[in-house]
Amino acid sequence: MGYPNLPHQRETTVLSQYFGDAEARTLAGWKKRGGYKALEKALGMAPADIVNVVKESGLRGRGGAGFPTGMKWSFMKPGDGKPHYLCCNADESEPGTFKDRELMRWTPHALVEGCAIGAYAIGAETAYVYIRGEFTEPLHWMEEAVKEAYAAGIIGKNAMGSGKRIDVHVHKGAGAYICGEETALMNSLEGRRGNPRIKPPFPAVSGVFGMPTTINNVETLIAAAPILLNGADWYKKMSLSNPKSTGTKLFSVCGNVQRPGTYEVVMGFPFKEFLYDLCGGPAHGRKFKAVIPGGASVPIQTVEEAEATLMDYEGFVAQGSMLGSGGVIVIDDAQSMVSVIARIARFFAHESCAQCTQCREGTAWTTKIMERIRDGQGTTEDLDTLLDIADQMTGKTICVLSDSCAVPVVSGIKKFRGEFEALIQGRRFHPVVAAVA
Amino acid sequence: MPVFTGEVRRQLDELLTRYPTKMAALLPALWIVQRERGWVSDGGMTEVAELLELTPAYVKGVVTFYTMYHQHPVGKYFIQVCTTSPCGICGAEDVVKALLRHTNAGDLGLTSPDGRFTVIEVECLGACGFATPVMINEEFIESVTPEKVPDLLATLA
Repeated sequence: MGYPNLPHQRETTVLSQYFGDAEARTLAGWKKRGGYKALEKALGMAPADIVNVVKESGLRGRGGAGFPTGMKWSFMKPGDGKPHYLCCNADESEPGTFKDRELMRWTPHALVEGCAIGAYAIGAETAYVYIRGEFTEPLHWMEEAVKEAYAAGIIGKNAMGSGKRIDVHVHKGAGAYICGEETALMNSLEGRRGNPRIKPPFPAVSGVFGMPTTINNVETLIAAAPILLNGADWYKKMSLSNPKSTGTKLFSVCGNVQRPGTYEVVMGFPFKEFLYDLCGGPAHGRKFKAVIPGGASVPIQTVEEAEATLMDYEGFVAQGSMLGSGGVIVIDDAQSMVSVIARIARFFAHESCAQCTQCREGTAWTTKIMERIRDGQGTTEDLDTLLDIADQMTGKTICVLSDSCAVPVVSGIKKFRGEFEALIQGRRFHPVVAAVA
Repeated sequence: MPVFTGEVRRQLDELLTRYPTKMAALLPALWIVQRERGWVSDGGMTEVAELLELTPAYVKGVVTFYTMYHQHPVGKYFIQVCTTSPCGICGAEDVVKALLRHTNAGDLGLTSPDGRFTVIEVECLGACGFATPVMINEEFIESVTPEKVPDLLATLA
């Protein structure tokens, strides 16, 4: 709901309506707001029926990949005699993304409830919430919420008197972007280095501790509760564009924009109105130049592409990018695209787990070349070299961190080649407009 | 002096009930060592290794993978500044410069001569809408600008 700004009338606040409302953090406050009714309902349903409702709703993973949640849950075969696990991916580290942070620090009980529903639906007795170590405040509130929920018998040996055991444990990461990759997260949870694993086997077959596992993003799990309460049709109807993208989505907006914050809109909302109306447009005297709409790993959009986008999974693809995690980075005409991309490359070089050669070498060389272009030391061959390295880094590694580093470089060179060439030819970058306070 | 005695040992025992393997308690156990001692020494790693039936080399391999475990003592106030792209385009570099100047830490990763401050750059703190976020030990401070740095440091004892 635009947090920390005032809510905007064009938002549809399902998940974010209690942002900024400290009372909603407590069990009493959460119950007063209708909390745990969805879990109570879920525990009275057959797990397969819950999976079907979620399938029918069209909910897709909110962490970045957009995989249909109900289908993912249906991969967990009941009655296989093995312990099942639910992992909640709260390792939110994709530059530009901070929606899960708000969800956890304002509505921690919503996540406890979502985890309990998800665990019950996939036949798991244990859910682990893996939160990145830097999120001290969300960690604090999540630990408090879990403690309260145990004390009230909402989770534990006999969850809400259902006879079902549902444990929820908060697990603190220790600083590694790669642990947001699902198989790296499982390794980290097991007490290993956070190296991604080769797939297959997929987590539903052999996940954490070698057992069938489902991994869902924070926002995805929290969305399950209102879907169960209000029905799949209610959720499906929230779509302004096409039936493949349903419900509301949180977008965290940052960078060179008047009102950065976390906004919730219905899928298919026009991006142009989102950027100028909800987020307040660029600073006075400036213009938007580019937008990275789904976290640093997705292709950069020109402002023209962004303004033509409908905000859903397909809409961002149609305009040369991806919805990703919903982390919108807005870049104005005072910024050098080469500097921005060089800094993104440095991020990926820092975060590479160094397991695959293409990624370990590729992210480092990409950074080196990008920074020498930025510093006016580039050569005309450098652009071809960058594109060649990017090609070697794409689709050739265990996980997609390598691809993610190549993406902004390739889209940047394609869409802002002039800025690269100007620096190579010895012209320094000058902002189009002088900075306005 | 071992870390895991008395109440601290009980905390570890409680943690072990949450996981089907002892090894899964490794990250939480290392967090406890850092909380108690301020950093994770070789001795701390060996103690954790013995308790969790791992080898010291294995534990060191894990410790060195993650960025948040201190492998040497740091200043009383460990200051992390996000400088990744979204904060970078909102002026994070100037916040780093202001922090280095006002803490007298000299350079990134070094500790000020009075032992109070260590300043480092960190990759994306996940609070990009509140540029520039700064973490001081466990505390998270949003929307820091170079002008706010002196007052911020003045609040630290």
